[in-house]
Amino acid sequence: MEVTLRIRRYNPETDTEPHWESYTVSAQPTDRILDGLHKVKWEQDGTLTFRRSCAHGICGSDAMRINGRNRLACKTLVKDLDAFTQMGDGSLGPGKPISIEPIKGLPVLKDLVVDMEPFFEAYRSVLPFLMPSGSEPTRERLQSPAERQRFDDTTKCILCAACTTSCPVYWTDGQYFGPQAIVGAHRFIFDSRDAGAAERLEILNDAEGVWRCRTTFNCTDACPRGIEVTKAIQEVKRALIFGRS
Amino acid sequence: MQQHRYDVVIVGAGGAGMRAALESGQRTRTAVLTKLYPTRSHTGAAQGGMCAALANVEEDNWEWHTFDTVKGGDYLVDQDAAEVMCKEAVDAVLDLEKMGLPFNRTPQGRIDQRRFGGHTRNHGEAAVRRSCYAADRTGHMILQTLYQQCIKQGVTFFNEFYVLDVLTDDSDGTPRTAGVVAYELATGELHVFAAKSVVFATGGFGKVFRTTSNAHTLTGDGMGILWRRGLPLEDMEFFQFHPTGLAGLGVLLSEAARGEGGILRNAEGERFMERYAPTIKDLAPRDMVARAMANEVREGRGCGPEKAYVHLDLTHLPREQIDAKLPDITEFARTYLGVEPYTEPVPVYPTAHYAMGGIPTSIKAEVLADNDTVVPGLYAAGEVACVSVHGANRLGTNSLLDINVFGRRAGIYAAEYAATAEFVDLPDDPTALVDEQLSRLRDGDGGERVAAIRAELQATMDINAQVYRTEASLKQALSDLTTLRARFANVTVQDKGTRFNTDLLEAVELGFLLDLAEVLVVSALARRESRGGHFREDYPTRDDEQFMRHTMAYRAQAGSGFGGSEVQLDYKPVTVTRYQPMERKY
Repeated sequence: MEVTLRIRRYNPETDTEPHWESYTVSAQPTDRILDGLHKVKWEQDGTLTFRRSCAHGICGSDAMRINGRNRLACKTLVKDLDAFTQMGDGSLGPGKPISIEPIKGLPVLKDLVVDMEPFFEAYRSVLPFLMPSGSEPTRERLQSPAERQRFDDTTKCILCAACTTSCPVYWTDGQYFGPQAIVGAHRFIFDSRDAGAAERLEILNDAEGVWRCRTTFNCTDACPRGIEVTKAIQEVKRALIFGRS
Repeated sequence: MQQHRYDVVIVGAGGAGMRAALESGQRTRTAVLTKLYPTRSHTGAAQGGMCAALANVEEDNWEWHTFDTVKGGDYLVDQDAAEVMCKEAVDAVLDLEKMGLPFNRTPQGRIDQRRFGGHTRNHGEAAVRRSCYAADRTGHMILQTLYQQCIKQGVTFFNEFYVLDVLTDDSDGTPRTAGVVAYELATGELHVFAAKSVVFATGGFGKVFRTTSNAHTLTGDGMGILWRRGLPLEDMEFFQFHPTGLAGLGVLLSEAARGEGGILRNAEGERFMERYAPTIKDLAPRDMVARAMANEVREGRGCGPEKAYVHLDLTHLPREQIDAKLPDITEFARTYLGVEPYTEPVPVYPTAHYAMGGIPTSIKAEVLADNDTVVPGLYAAGEVACVSVHGANRLGTNSLLDINVFGRRAGIYAAEYAATAEFVDLPDDPTALVDEQLSRLRDGDGGERVAAIRAELQATMDINAQVYRTEASLKQALSDLTTLRARFANVTVQDKGTRFNTDLLEAVELGFLLDLAEVLVVSALARRESRGGHFREDYPTRDDEQFMRHTMAYRAQAGSGFGGSEVQLDYKPVTVTRYQPMERKY
């Protein structure tokens, strides 16, 4: 079966503007979009450039805007995208082209590769590490299963930037931390072993902090790990008003 | 060309590299050079846990853990190294907890522990709960936690810098470490880093195989670089095939699935591991389970339309247990195979997973130039290294342990050395080798394509050098590799640019893969016995008299090595402290 990939291309050494190019590749319904990109790169055009590593949704390298939605190319299958149409006889025929472009809001460096530095800078700025109080115990710090469960959801983050670069506030406001940084802070604010909540909340209470969130839920929809990002942001807002609970 | 100067340069930012950086960064001026953003490293894909005899849930001690490691490794483990690892395991886990790692907890609030393949109480009596874990994403948590601590300490990272060469001063006979040469992906510029100590922590080379749990980026760069500089590689024939890769894809499904009670079944629904390992059944070491699965398929008891795989059955487990303990791997089954593990068995087949061999090191993570000569200032830790704590077959969870224990040691000893050593003079033209290599790939006019050669390499390795090997299959692989290496000389990349030229780097990576595949195959040809992950159908038993020794491979002139290859072989005795070899039964 053949599918068409429409890919947003930009080579800073030769192009003044990004442009779309189409490629036809053979694909199975169960193929990953990443497989399609590899087919283009390996069989047709070696200059096509994108990041990838683990190829099964764990490393967070290949967040892209696929058919207008942020997703991981290695976790999105061709069959999920209307790329085929069911023919009258039950067989599969060609469907709509699949559009692939870089995630929005970060400078495009080449093709699907964006500058991740501003994103990691935001993450680093929320003090994303355990800040315990008191002297270090000889054995492990105790934590009940319920206390551990309290921040489980936000420990799943793989820093792929799908949430942050789906956020309309982030697109228009160059200063906003973005959803991921708040997720990164949430993971520690609600960890019973941590004593740095006040410091982090102070940072997030900034004019460009958590209050810029307009609760559009784009981030939750975009998260390939199924993290309830908007809920985490709401919990941080509540902690600012009512204290950590 | 840009020049930099650091006391310690660490190459690679997975678990071993970052654990090393946390130590050396506190003591000396340290830089971490990594071809990926640190959180992209494949440590993050590890799932099941990290073993340590904490004895939080039942009686355990580090000596039992050592015994299991030695026995699991089919007596090719250096026992002094295994003692170090298992003894330091307890602190390694506690250190991670103190750094903030969110381990699963017991009702009393302690770190929870679960069963894992080959880990037993009292020298094989029964399975023991030894694996400390965070659901089925322990590696992810380790990688995130170490990165968070690196942020806290202000560790200096050079992200997307591909180290392509190591520089040494050989003027007084033995090489002394002078630094590394790196290619900056964003600009195409070369950087020379002068360093007193260099730590290689670049991971494995699973991409020599087609069916693998490894990331696309696991191309053996660190091993390949040292190999080209004339340093040896140890035990490269020992490659672990993880039993439960998603059939057809190779994506890893943790052994934790069996630790939690999952069962392997053939087409008749039989729990076939009862025949192969009557005591611990599905929790036998990985090499035994992988061979048993391959054998079921070979003898016609495979599942599916082509009888090509077996089933991993979780359907008898409570859904709450699956959701709490195995959330990620069950999602992989749903996403990639459309299988619902609550109600349907998951198709699985062995997948190339882990290199037991690698750069020989001492227990201080010092790189060795032969059986016992240390290369001053050069260190290696993690999958890239061979200490050897895994011997002929690594036990599950011992890789996450290895990177923490020996990553830490590499950082400490590299910093200690740098504190007293002087910088060594760089060669006159430090980038000569890399310049030559890159310009040939970029500017050549040969018509060969990287992807075609890589696909053929992976195909021959899967067919001829996988779970079952014979003299004939390995000779076939060697002959295929010779052809492919000749074709590689005519590779030219399409992308001629300087910015983010991943086309060029894939070609460089393929060069490393071809070299390492040859070392693997030649080492396997010469080892006429079966031990751990290396199974020769023509020599199906272990031969301690001839082969209870490590293979040491050295680069030779083309054609002058073993079987007309570029690989010359030597051997090194195994360090035995307290365990004499016995038959490995479970």
